[in-house]
Amino acid sequence: MGLQALFFYIFAFVAIASAFMVVASRNPVHSVLFLILTFFNAAGLFLLAGAEFLAMILLVVYVGAVAVLFLFVVMMLDIDLGRIRSGVLEYAPIGALVGVILLAELIVVLGGSFVSPQVAQNVGVPIPDFAVRSNTAALGDLLYTDYVYFFQIAGMVLLVAMIGAIVLTLQHNRSVKRQDIATQVARNPQTAVETRTVKPGQGI
Amino acid sequence: MDGFFSTYVLPTLLMIGETLLLLVCLLLFIAYALLADRKIWAAVQLRRGPNVVGPFGLFQSFADLLKLALKEPIIPAGANKGIFLLAPLVAVTLALATWAVIPLNQGWAIANINVGILYIFAISTLEVYGVIMAGWASNSKYPFLGALRSAAQMVSYEVSIGFVIVTVLLTVGSLNLSDIVLSQRDGLGTMLGLPNSLLDWNWLALFPMFIVFFISSLAETNRPPFDLPEAESELVAGYMVEYSSMPFMMFMLGEYAAIMLLCSLTTILFLGGWLPPLDVAVLNWVPGVIWFVLKVCFVFFMFALVKAFVPRYRYDQLMRLGWKVFLPISLASVVVVAFVLKLTGWA
Repeated sequence: MGLQALFFYIFAFVAIASAFMVVASRNPVHSVLFLILTFFNAAGLFLLAGAEFLAMILLVVYVGAVAVLFLFVVMMLDIDLGRIRSGVLEYAPIGALVGVILLAELIVVLGGSFVSPQVAQNVGVPIPDFAVRSNTAALGDLLYTDYVYFFQIAGMVLLVAMIGAIVLTLQHNRSVKRQDIATQVARNPQTAVETRTVKPGQGI
Repeated sequence: MDGFFSTYVLPTLLMIGETLLLLVCLLLFIAYALLADRKIWAAVQLRRGPNVVGPFGLFQSFADLLKLALKEPIIPAGANKGIFLLAPLVAVTLALATWAVIPLNQGWAIANINVGILYIFAISTLEVYGVIMAGWASNSKYPFLGALRSAAQMVSYEVSIGFVIVTVLLTVGSLNLSDIVLSQRDGLGTMLGLPNSLLDWNWLALFPMFIVFFISSLAETNRPPFDLPEAESELVAGYMVEYSSMPFMMFMLGEYAAIMLLCSLTTILFLGGWLPPLDVAVLNWVPGVIWFVLKVCFVFFMFALVKAFVPRYRYDQLMRLGWKVFLPISLASVVVVAFVLKLTGWA
């Protein structure tokens, strides 16, 4: 138990410190890198809680894909640091408001289980025993068996959003040369080569 | 105090010992894989390759190591110093960290975790950060272009690698790497009434996926013909342009560790891991780890041959291959395999 507590404090401390640095660091690229470190430590916390599947999926999806695109965009932007700094105080109240709301929600969720034993019981129920069912299989049961329609609908919503984004931004530029693999493969000597007999002293 | 020693200190020491042993063996193996890569490349082009240092050039990699270690590391004035030095560390650490879950033989994994394959997938998706950080921190045009290319390339091919892994997992029914190997003892060959042999391994039953996985892993590790992030003819050396000495060596090491990892992942997923090719007494006496290393060498040989005789892809062709060819094929195969398993009841 001692080692678990040690690792918990390491992960928790680094996660909070790097979350702070996301906001505090001057360079946006550094902010994104600290955000990645925060994700990484959150995955460590998931592992300690026994949610191994969630931990790995957090790494694959958020760190491996979402944060890469994030970093990609932030690196490409030509950011004027001075202009960003000047707006900090304007947005501070909004940030504080979001923070207060999140804090209140956390208090409601956590406080509920302390106040009422009934809630605490319900919170404990959905997790199956690790010895009986690994949590990968348990999550699979939930997503693909119990709530399969909701899962499919969520997938459809994402698909529609993706197609919508493509339709809105796709512009066919006529001046760009495109490669058509099918026509290239279908080329043969008859269509590609023309033989001409050239008389001496005359060009074509 | 005695309890403290046996519960904490001894297991920790044992784990550190195992890890060191694995890393030393792995680094030695990488040193000779590098040499083999150059030798095979040379043989295809009718050259001799490195043959000066030691007999047949066997000590070439160590000479290179010494040369790189003794040179001066140069950090460009405009570089972001911290990230510039962090990038090679990230690359090499992640590439070596994945080896923790690879089972070299029955029960020979340092960490035999339930979600082993997901762990490998998760950590190898992070390897792109080494490249992006290096490209950005160098504060120079060629490295940055190389980094952007590699970010897009690695993210694209991870998608098809992920689906190929899913098809294998569907047939196995477990995310544990040792279970994946053990499930290949029985397969297509035994269904036809043959004894346990190499026909049972997944490469035959999932042959198209084997090919897709092989080509995607070339792209994932930035090996030729997909080495666009470091294309020396257009980007000089891509994200590695500004690196010299030890940081450069760490990138090389990370790259080859990642290649070896994908070779052994191919071995585990498709070539039956440590299982002998025929279930007869003579072959069963050979330790499983020998079979494992032989299979990894075979896959690496194919990697090296591809490097030697396939010309580099153009960037738009690379993206077309990833998104318009491999993604539909692997996605369709997930559906087909799932249907076949469900309808025949083999799962």
